[in-house]
Amino acid sequence: MRNLVVLGAGTAGTMVVNKLRPRLPDDEWTITVVEPSPTHFYQPGFLFLPFGGLRPSDVAKPLRPTLTRGVRLVPAAVDRVDPEARLVRLEDGSELGYDYLVIATGTTPRPEETPGMAEGMGDSVHEYYTYTGANALAATLATWPGGRMVVHITEMPIKCPVAPLEFTFLADAWFTGRGIRDEVEITYVTPLPGAFTKPISSQRLGDMLTRRGIAIEPDFVVEQVDTEARTLTAYDGREIPFDLLVTVPLNMGADFIGRSGLGDDLNYVPVDKHTLLSTRYDTIFAIGDATNIPASKAGSVAHFAADVFVPNFLAHVDGRPMPERFDGHANCFIETGHGRGLLIDFNYETEPLTGVYPLPVVGPMSLLKETRLNHWGKVAFRWIYWHVLLPGRHLPVTAHMSMVGKKAPPAVSATTTTTPPAVPAGLD
Amino acid sequence: MTVTEIGGRQVHVDAEGFMTEPSEWDEALGTVLASNIGMELTEAHWRLIRFLREDFATQGETATTRRVATVAGVPTKEQFALFPKKPAKKMAYIAGLPKPRGCV
Repeated sequence: MRNLVVLGAGTAGTMVVNKLRPRLPDDEWTITVVEPSPTHFYQPGFLFLPFGGLRPSDVAKPLRPTLTRGVRLVPAAVDRVDPEARLVRLEDGSELGYDYLVIATGTTPRPEETPGMAEGMGDSVHEYYTYTGANALAATLATWPGGRMVVHITEMPIKCPVAPLEFTFLADAWFTGRGIRDEVEITYVTPLPGAFTKPISSQRLGDMLTRRGIAIEPDFVVEQVDTEARTLTAYDGREIPFDLLVTVPLNMGADFIGRSGLGDDLNYVPVDKHTLLSTRYDTIFAIGDATNIPASKAGSVAHFAADVFVPNFLAHVDGRPMPERFDGHANCFIETGHGRGLLIDFNYETEPLTGVYPLPVVGPMSLLKETRLNHWGKVAFRWIYWHVLLPGRHLPVTAHMSMVGKKAPPAVSATTTTTPPAVPAGLD
Repeated sequence: MTVTEIGGRQVHVDAEGFMTEPSEWDEALGTVLASNIGMELTEAHWRLIRFLREDFATQGETATTRRVATVAGVPTKEQFALFPKKPAKKMAYIAGLPKPRGCV
């Protein structure tokens, strides 16, 4: 018997065990998943909780039934991994041996890493990346009379990098609906040089903030939060006052990864970005938000990566070369309020572009453009998540990103070449 | 990737102007790059530039301000004092390394 141990039964870990169980014969392989939470959360739904858009029961289900038959669940937290001995030690002191290990323990917000942030949490400081936090923010917003709301990102990378933009658009629409938009001043504070990460989408999304009367404070690297004075201070001395701070705290991978010496500075597991195999141990893979790959930390990335991971894992454990290469494909719906949304589709090499998805001309989804259909795509996705993705069923879109339907930016498609600036913008 | 002339030599740069071939760099070029963005380097600056170069050689990617703080032991505040406003990008530019991987 060979043993596969998967750490974490979130989006990535659940898909991995549910896809692999039918492919690994029961009499040759045991599959064990270690997960302390009794609940599986539909994390994209957390964004809607602060605005009463979903009920808490819509986003939380008992975890065990999400795992396919023949997968053993160990409801425990991991203390550390000994990669040389191929052992996982649990917090209760017991040990699990493995032949192959898949680390899928994701990333979590760490407000305690920024001076002052944790102290104000639940009072004038809120976050919406945890079930508890999103519900607490809902309670605060329900009676908030208005004032200065600051939406803030502490440091990249974060889980779902479009979520703070969506939160801002949804808040703008929600305050408008309640008739208090004029009483609310919204500022979007980010360590990035603009609204988003890549030029074309950053420009479009930035314009969408500006049109809604939302100020952007870019290149803001937060030093501390002062909950008494209610200000955010940056290392360069800038101060931003707030009445309500909705922050995305520093994100870090699981602490046991750091304790085991398997992580980088933020406890993410260094892996080959095309195969997800650890750069140091050929018996360890990592998938989903837990890795250091230069892709968005997002459920869609976990999904596309899992499609590529399965044939690679089966080949690797057979001693054959891994046949597939993950391209960093991400596909994200961005809610923009008032029943509309936009969609972005990109990978390691190609930034989010305009066009249609998944088919040329007919789409039916539009890329980087606000439409009602994109909103309904996001709404429908919750059902797809529970009933198609998590069980490991096939979704009829390709794991690899396609240029079909996309409009390439002029610099790439035209014959003209651009000359780089003498000095990168903003450095002199 | 484009070839451009900096300090009298041909070097490869990306679309934003960051060097893409670490082997084309030496400290003399670092001084030129620094003056391009209006900086004169003291020993305190060089300590960080040299750290970035050595770290890149072993890690294969450009250190972030967080890594410079935890591994080189220079607090973020001090990095901002030495390389005002945008320490991570300025250090990478002067060290002839790719822009640090912030995010995607």
